[in-house]
Amino acid sequence: MNPQLLWLIPILPFAGFLLNGTLGRKLPRGGVAGIALLFTALPALLVAWLWITMKSADAPLTLATSAYHWITVSGFRVDFAFSVDHLTLVMLGVVTGVGFLIHIYSVGYMAHEEGYWRYFSYLNLFMFFMLVLVLSSNFLLLFVGWEGVGLASYLLIGFYFTKDSAANAGKKAFIVNRIGDFGFLLAMFLLIAHFGSLDFNTVFAHIPALYMSGGFLTAIALLLVLGAAGKSAQIPLYVWLPDAMEGPTPVSALIHAATMVTAGVYMIARCHVLFDHAPAALTVVAVIGALTALFAATIGMVQHDIKRVLAYSTISQLGYMFLACGVGAYSAGIFHLMTHAFFKALLFLAAGSVIHALGGEQDMRRMGGLRKQIPITFWTMSAGVFAIAGIPPLSGFFSKDEILFQVFSHGGALGILLWLVGLITAGLTSFYMFRLWFKTFFGKPHESQHGHSEVPDLHAAHGAAVHARKETTLVMEAEPEPHHGAHESPPMMTFPLVILAALAIIGGWVGVPFVLGGENEIEHFLHPVFHPMPAGQAFYPEFATGGTTEVLLALVSVLTAAAGFYFAWLLYYREPGKSTKLVEANPYTRMAYNLLDHKYWVDEIYQRGIVVPLLGVSRVFLNGLVDTGIVQGSAWVLAESAGGVGWLVRRVQSGNIRSYAGWLALGAACVIVIVLFGYHPLLH
Amino acid sequence: MVPIAYYLVLAAILFCIGVAAFLMKRNIITIFMSIELMLNAVNLTFVAFAHQWHQISGQIFVFFVMVVAAAEAAVGLAIIIALFRVRQTLNVDQVNLLKN
Repeated sequence: MNPQLLWLIPILPFAGFLLNGTLGRKLPRGGVAGIALLFTALPALLVAWLWITMKSADAPLTLATSAYHWITVSGFRVDFAFSVDHLTLVMLGVVTGVGFLIHIYSVGYMAHEEGYWRYFSYLNLFMFFMLVLVLSSNFLLLFVGWEGVGLASYLLIGFYFTKDSAANAGKKAFIVNRIGDFGFLLAMFLLIAHFGSLDFNTVFAHIPALYMSGGFLTAIALLLVLGAAGKSAQIPLYVWLPDAMEGPTPVSALIHAATMVTAGVYMIARCHVLFDHAPAALTVVAVIGALTALFAATIGMVQHDIKRVLAYSTISQLGYMFLACGVGAYSAGIFHLMTHAFFKALLFLAAGSVIHALGGEQDMRRMGGLRKQIPITFWTMSAGVFAIAGIPPLSGFFSKDEILFQVFSHGGALGILLWLVGLITAGLTSFYMFRLWFKTFFGKPHESQHGHSEVPDLHAAHGAAVHARKETTLVMEAEPEPHHGAHESPPMMTFPLVILAALAIIGGWVGVPFVLGGENEIEHFLHPVFHPMPAGQAFYPEFATGGTTEVLLALVSVLTAAAGFYFAWLLYYREPGKSTKLVEANPYTRMAYNLLDHKYWVDEIYQRGIVVPLLGVSRVFLNGLVDTGIVQGSAWVLAESAGGVGWLVRRVQSGNIRSYAGWLALGAACVIVIVLFGYHPLLH
Repeated sequence: MVPIAYYLVLAAILFCIGVAAFLMKRNIITIFMSIELMLNAVNLTFVAFAHQWHQISGQIFVFFVMVVAAAEAAVGLAIIIALFRVRQTLNVDQVNLLKN
């Protein structure tokens, strides 16, 4: 494949965006959907072609192309340049493949929505920026994609912009991401200062030589981690992701589960040379990842909104990826990124199908017994649930297990501790996913599924345990007409579900470890990226296997997942009311439940500790003093002084002929006086 | 022979009287007359210099000034009569409809 053709991959969705964005309003729905699908299918085909090209090459191949010199300032140069290596290829496959499936799903899901063309043009715009992000061969172009996906995310979270909560969620996502971007920008400035370049190859080639000299490498790496934490929703910047669920469900699947939020992980993996030489920063990545994984999983256990459970689960799984990168197991992180893209996109889309089936209901307390009514959704979602819970031989098992093994073999007390956190998280993940599964698909159908909107007040039933901030659903999500019993979604929606379910099941088989008789192909595939070999050396070195330890660890994690399943089964299937009783058992459990239910009050702490003081400073100092006082004041002084001069000069223009004549006579008299008596430079 | 300075001083005095009258009077006919006065002061200067330097062009110019002044008087007086018929006044300060 000609490297020049790389340009087509991002440009095509951009063309789709332009077409739908300009003409979409006048086109019929079929036309809009056709354009959007065509311009995402073509890049997917190109990526497939690229895949074949690179697979059939003898040596690890890197394609690169540069369109033009974007910025040239005395020796410092940034190009509009793309390059593809094996890491990029995996990302491209995930983005275009999952992206295309979600586009198909959206055609069905959004069929009855206003702003159809707007939705699809935004979605194509997102694809464009995401592809720029993964294809770029320098930090600045990556940052362009990085900001662009942030913009698309903002637009799509606030898609139902007439709804206050959606508009606010969009703003929150955008502003929280600004904090991360600030770190990214500073990192880029430091890179320019120390390397004089932002090109990946140039920077990474210089790093090994600087190894001994560099506290600044750690600084750059930490700033990049801040950026990645913003984009990938890690502690302390994860707060935007749960709120981002205000967007349409396919958007949550595409942007807030499968692709955009993994950009941080991708960026860390891309900069692995940098991080390898900044071990302190790498430890920070691992700790952040482990903490986030556990933290988000605990919150996910008590959420009632089906999408919010999945949102916290996404944060938790992203924590896993960070953890993997943090112990230097980048390929394990990317492997999990890939499998997660499959099963989490599947889970979101299936959840969307459930919501669609119930006419907009998102609260799991008003679901139940949907197994028979929406069988395709049930079976596909089951695949996703089992995959994320880590049940072998589904994809999630292999990727999660690889991460846990890598963390364990990282060694030291920290390694063991992180492994333990990861293991507990795996158990919690299994628990909350099966909780969701049981509550949604098993048990008795909720009465609200047959009547309409006469929903008993569950808040009172749960007493103080349930906070009042739960959004009332039945808003604009999905079709607005009243439903008469749940119904299966149209084929446009179930088809992507089936494909993704298949991927969620078999997607992990590319990474079966050696001890379990596999080839661990994904690690082979990514090996040239993460362990570049000098020319002439053997391409595929031997991989160390964990032997019995690895098998034991796998066994432990399967048992943990099974324990999660067992508890979920106990609490939500056998005795559905038992969880409430457990919570009410004594004040400590109630307190713990409250803590989780309020998400550790993090939003409130941020509100009081950061947002309110910042707003205060902005209002009093920036708005009151700087803006009103200095900026507006100086403009006022200028305007008023001009007005004053005008007032003075206006006196002369009286409109009275005789006063003009008087001035004329006076002037003439002055001229005469000057000529007669004055000093005249021309005459002397 | 009368020195030229006498003519010039007389012309200057006449001109200044014309200017002063133009600036101070409100009656439009008086203003008209003061303009004539200024024109004639200038004519006197022309003639004086023409005589002094034996140049005929100054004399010729005076005829032009007189022709223009006559034409101006004919038009101006017609306007004044028309104005008086409409406004019943000759005070220029009251003829300010187009102002502002």
